[in-house]
Amino acid sequence: MSDSWIAVCSRDEIDEEDVMRFDHEGRTFAIYRSPDDAFFATDGLCTHEKIHLADGLVMDEVIECPKHNGRFNYKTGKALGAPVCVNLQTYPVKLDGDTVYIAIG
Amino acid sequence: MAAGIVIVGAGECGARAAFALRERGYQGPLTLVGAERHLPYERPPLSKALSMDGPKLVASLDAYQEAGITLMLATEARGIDRQAKALRLAGADGETTLAYDRLLLTTGARPRRLPGMTDASRYIRTLRTADDAAALTQAFSAGQHVVLIGGGFIGLELAATARQRGAAVTLLEAGPRILARGVPAEMAEIVAKRHSAEGVRILTGATMTALTEHEGGAEIKLGSGERLEADLVLVGIGAVPNVELAAAAGLAIDNGIAVDRHLTTSDPLIFAAGDCCSFPLPPGADGTSRRVRLEAWRNAQEQAALAAANLLGEQAVHAAVPWFWSDQYDLTLQVAGLAQEGDRIVRRDMGAEALILFHLDSEGRLTAAAGIGPGNAVARDIRLAEMMIANGARPDPTALASSATKLKSLLAA
Repeated sequence: MSDSWIAVCSRDEIDEEDVMRFDHEGRTFAIYRSPDDAFFATDGLCTHEKIHLADGLVMDEVIECPKHNGRFNYKTGKALGAPVCVNLQTYPVKLDGDTVYIAIG
Repeated sequence: MAAGIVIVGAGECGARAAFALRERGYQGPLTLVGAERHLPYERPPLSKALSMDGPKLVASLDAYQEAGITLMLATEARGIDRQAKALRLAGADGETTLAYDRLLLTTGARPRRLPGMTDASRYIRTLRTADDAAALTQAFSAGQHVVLIGGGFIGLELAATARQRGAAVTLLEAGPRILARGVPAEMAEIVAKRHSAEGVRILTGATMTALTEHEGGAEIKLGSGERLEADLVLVGIGAVPNVELAAAAGLAIDNGIAVDRHLTTSDPLIFAAGDCCSFPLPPGADGTSRRVRLEAWRNAQEQAALAAANLLGEQAVHAAVPWFWSDQYDLTLQVAGLAQEGDRIVRRDMGAEALILFHLDSEGRLTAAAGIGPGNAVARDIRLAEMMIANGARPDPTALASSATKLKSLLAA
């Protein structure tokens, strides 16, 4: 679906059940590694007050904003209640060897 | 329920409660009464940013209409007739009455004033509302001198905002140090140093012998003999819960509208939540229970959700860990839990200007964690500490002190 995969990092740079910030051409993203070792990507900023989600806490499939605890499912981007009501954009991710790629279109 | 639910107080708590009632499936009449003319908005940005684009709304007007929430703004609640189950309101159309089946009071708090301060003061002011904030913006600019009275969060946040906008800033604190309430001394020291580096003049142990307003400003005489000429004096010496409506109706008051752990007042049809209420904490290690009142954004949201459940007949309780934050320059301070006298303090250093202080009680249980750092450097660990506090965890103090140990690993243990 996307012809432009962008290399993010090697898989070991993100712990399981953790998140990393990734900046690319003036945009910022959050790259997640789930507890069952799958990778996901969303926009990097919380939809409430534009805080970097990569400073937040990953619990299972939820990322929680470090500022006001807005919560999203990082696999689907769904906002999980007040104070956040706008969903997060998600992006396709693939592993090629040990490298994580995202397609940001 | 024919008359339905009425909420008095259209701040964060009242608005969240209204939406929570609908999310829980309540379909009866629902009215939100607020004294301010604005739609409910978030108060934290008022002192932290003094936003020029108007208040940040909790929800759009459309959202209230879609949810079937009737808004009565610029309307003051004058009295509660508990026998008739009706409110006496005063708005643009004069006095009206509004019947209720259940009533939720989210009347909030107001700034404590210095003796003699009145609404008419132009150059000696407080900050609580969006209109208050709008009135400050002129003085928050280059060439102006702003004097802040009170070294608590509101005064310090306003000091940072005023400095960032170019005003000269002096902050007066009567006590021996800033942030004496709720923040450990070594953390307050980091904050004080930062303000000094940014050019804020902090005077601790300051006594004021006179404060007089004149055309264009105000003059302060200090116990030291010094005189300060201010373009604006801002008073941030704490908040007073708005209990008058409840008190006049004969409801129990105890440093706020007294509620039980279900947020029910002494009248079973009337609930209270947010800054205006005091509620019992679960009993501590020594078996005694304290009553507290929390003036915090997250508490307002959590109690709104709890009140909504119990207004609909549940008997829910909520053992949330108190949590709040403050932003000053690029520093963020976060505190989870309630520290107690005699707690042991364990320090975790996390780089320049970043550290967390963990409080452990006599049995080693984590009671509170206070962190400070640039940006959100401490946020994740404070959140993990909050979960440990909620779980009654007794983490290994050595592990807490070592920034090489991931707190998440302690949570699982």
